[in-house]
Amino acid sequence: MKKNNNQLLMTLLKGRTFIVLIILVIFFSFASSSFLQPSTLTMVAKHVALYGILALGMTFVIITGGIDLSVGSVVGLVGMLAGGLIQEGLTIGGKTIYFSVPAIIVIMLLTGCLIGLINGLIVTKLNVAAFIATLGTMYVCRGLANLRSNGATFSKIAGYEGLGNVGLKALGTNWLNIPAGVYVFAVLAVLAAILLKRTSVGWHILAVGGNEKSARLSGIKADRVKILVYMISGFCAAWIGLINTAQLSAAHPASGDGWEMNAIAATVLGGTSMAGGSGTIVGTIVGAFVIGVINDGMTMCGVSEFWQKIIRGVVIILAVVIDQTQRNLQNKMAL
Amino acid sequence: MFDDPNVVLHCEKIDKIYPGTKALDQVSFDLLKGKVNVLIGENGAGKSTLMKMIAGIEQPSAGKMYMDGEEVFFKDTNAARARGIGIIHQELSLFPNLTVYQNIFMCHEKKKGIFLDDKKHLEGARAILKRLEHEIPPDTLVGDLRVGQQQMVEIARNLVENDLRVLIMDEPTSSLSAAEVKVLFKIMRELLEQGISIVYISHRLEEIMEIGDHVTILRDGKYVADADIKDITLSWIVENMVGKNTQYHRFQRSIDLKHAEKVLEFNHIYLPKTGGGWLLDDVSMYLKKGEVLGIYGLLGAGRSELFECLMGLRPEHTGEITYQGKPMRVGGVADQLKKGFALVPEDRQRQGLVQSLDICKNASLASLESFRRGLLMNYPAEEKAVDAQIQDLHIKVADKHLPILSLSGGNQQKVVIAKGLMTQPTVLLMDEPSRGIDIGAKTEVFEIIHEFSERGLSIIVISSELKEIMAIADRIYVLSNGKCTAELEGDGITEDNLVRASYAGLGTGKSA
Repeated sequence: MKKNNNQLLMTLLKGRTFIVLIILVIFFSFASSSFLQPSTLTMVAKHVALYGILALGMTFVIITGGIDLSVGSVVGLVGMLAGGLIQEGLTIGGKTIYFSVPAIIVIMLLTGCLIGLINGLIVTKLNVAAFIATLGTMYVCRGLANLRSNGATFSKIAGYEGLGNVGLKALGTNWLNIPAGVYVFAVLAVLAAILLKRTSVGWHILAVGGNEKSARLSGIKADRVKILVYMISGFCAAWIGLINTAQLSAAHPASGDGWEMNAIAATVLGGTSMAGGSGTIVGTIVGAFVIGVINDGMTMCGVSEFWQKIIRGVVIILAVVIDQTQRNLQNKMAL
Repeated sequence: MFDDPNVVLHCEKIDKIYPGTKALDQVSFDLLKGKVNVLIGENGAGKSTLMKMIAGIEQPSAGKMYMDGEEVFFKDTNAARARGIGIIHQELSLFPNLTVYQNIFMCHEKKKGIFLDDKKHLEGARAILKRLEHEIPPDTLVGDLRVGQQQMVEIARNLVENDLRVLIMDEPTSSLSAAEVKVLFKIMRELLEQGISIVYISHRLEEIMEIGDHVTILRDGKYVADADIKDITLSWIVENMVGKNTQYHRFQRSIDLKHAEKVLEFNHIYLPKTGGGWLLDDVSMYLKKGEVLGIYGLLGAGRSELFECLMGLRPEHTGEITYQGKPMRVGGVADQLKKGFALVPEDRQRQGLVQSLDICKNASLASLESFRRGLLMNYPAEEKAVDAQIQDLHIKVADKHLPILSLSGGNQQKVVIAKGLMTQPTVLLMDEPSRGIDIGAKTEVFEIIHEFSERGLSIIVISSELKEIMAIADRIYVLSNGKCTAELEGDGITEDNLVRASYAGLGTGKSA
């Protein structure tokens, strides 16, 4: 009987984030009559995609036992670089070149990967703790974003028909009534899940996070694995830089400020352990939904921004406490 | 050039130098083809270090290795694996967060295109585990397995590829039950039939006599002897393991210990092991005032755990403890310090010292409370007390405010001892007090032990080195596999008795 109770509790604990999500949706649909309306849900989905894509990259980093604080700044920097390329082009030696939108997207994604590469190299080759390394690049990227325009905003980014660089806006609109970002989120999430579960790279990421010394002894190139996860994180952040700019048709150097915290919160809510070694993409997706629903739901119910922060903080701490309870229970059951 | 058809791998004069110590000194070693090559020696003799060189985990400082008539150099484990060398580590090197099949196939993944073929993994894992007679569900998390089962997974990992030529097993049986050892031996014989050569490190001498073909003995990083198992006896092994060259001066006691009072007595101490079994299994001992009590045993015999119980680090233990004539309840560490217990821990760097503090602060760390004046520290009193200890223990320091790491290992150890003594203990617990310090410093540490015991301090010393414990201890208990297997005194303290008792608690199917 005792054992059955434990197992029931275990199942509930394992699916806890999903249960919380359902409870939140039910709660907000009663609390605010407009919550379940299509326009609201579209807005929530749009926000969830923003946190979710960042959280996908963050999940890989946290599984290896690291952290990436630079993603919010990368969002701002990529937005500024993309906006600048569209509006002002690239001037080399007195000649100005304008790129097409697909080319700009590729360049920006590579920029994200490059920042990730730098993060990874600092963490592995210079042996700097991930928290410090990415805190440093967070400041550097934010500074660069401001330098690009001397702190000014690129507004009304539309491109010029004659230069052939219109079309970024498509990333910010709805396709078949669903925001474009949601499609990107869906595709990236599927790719991330396949990478983590179905390829040897995924195993190696989990192995490095679970026991780095053993991973090295098994012949895994742990440094390469770590560099890769920061590159994935930078890649995801670059997507958000592009999508956010497209949605606003503007690029502001302070964009994405603090978003890394939403990404970390979604990842942790999704059951990824900060100690490394465990985490799932599905969990992170659910975590992103919880964060998105809490944020938008509270706003719709008229909860003040100040109270929202307090509630978000409490939710994150509770999530980790429950996570530990589950692990203790698991250990007890294993005995 | 080296070429001998009966030798898979030949090591030629291997040196391995770590900062401060020479772990291997000109060791040559032949790994015989299709045989169980046994390596034995005391803790720290260099067995595991030599195997790390062969498995590519570490690289020799000097010396060469040959395989198939050509020189080889293993820059990492992959290079050694490419030559068919696999290793089962002394400490398990599994991924507790992953499943059994993921662990088994890690770095040997089976793929369909770029995707993993989990069906093949599951089937493969099942087949290997069946061969090992351990049909663990392959999708169980390794962290949920018993240690013995984990050991089997570790073995299974090495059987994934068919190109295995050499399997190194570093104390594979230390966590196995008797039944599991039997299975392991069966597997080893199968592997031999398949032409695989095995290197086997174990402390269990009877096991070696049963499964081994050829034995090589190391001592203090040097080659001592090698012979075929059929030509030798247990006594020959013990004699060569221990050696005859290092002799310590045996101390004469002025205290009449026969009539001294018992300071500490504990009976029926049990300490459970996570995952079943006992770390300490019904241990009873007593300690007299002014006595130097030795505790001898192999790695993992439960010696340090006993100290941890007394220091309040293992609240889960059970048993009766009488201290100074009254029953004692073990409290927290601070509480035990106050009662008069002090510990000189085994790992000087990690447990004994705070590297960022200077010599003076390290020495006074455990007794800071006694240098308090109101809310503030009384520095002059602290410094005076530390100075007194430095004098008393002959610690060679130019200035007590220098970093602790500026001292030699021996002097660092004396600072740790000073830290213990400054709490003015009644019972001093010393865990391997002579580890990693040079011979001169060892002698000085022994003199300190002798001197303070003469002053009436009761001391318990753990040591793995026979010669040392025989020199300093008035009485010795031997622990083996958590059980107390002998109590030796006076003429009863002989190498042979100590070594035999240290294996006595290890059941290996046959009565030991």
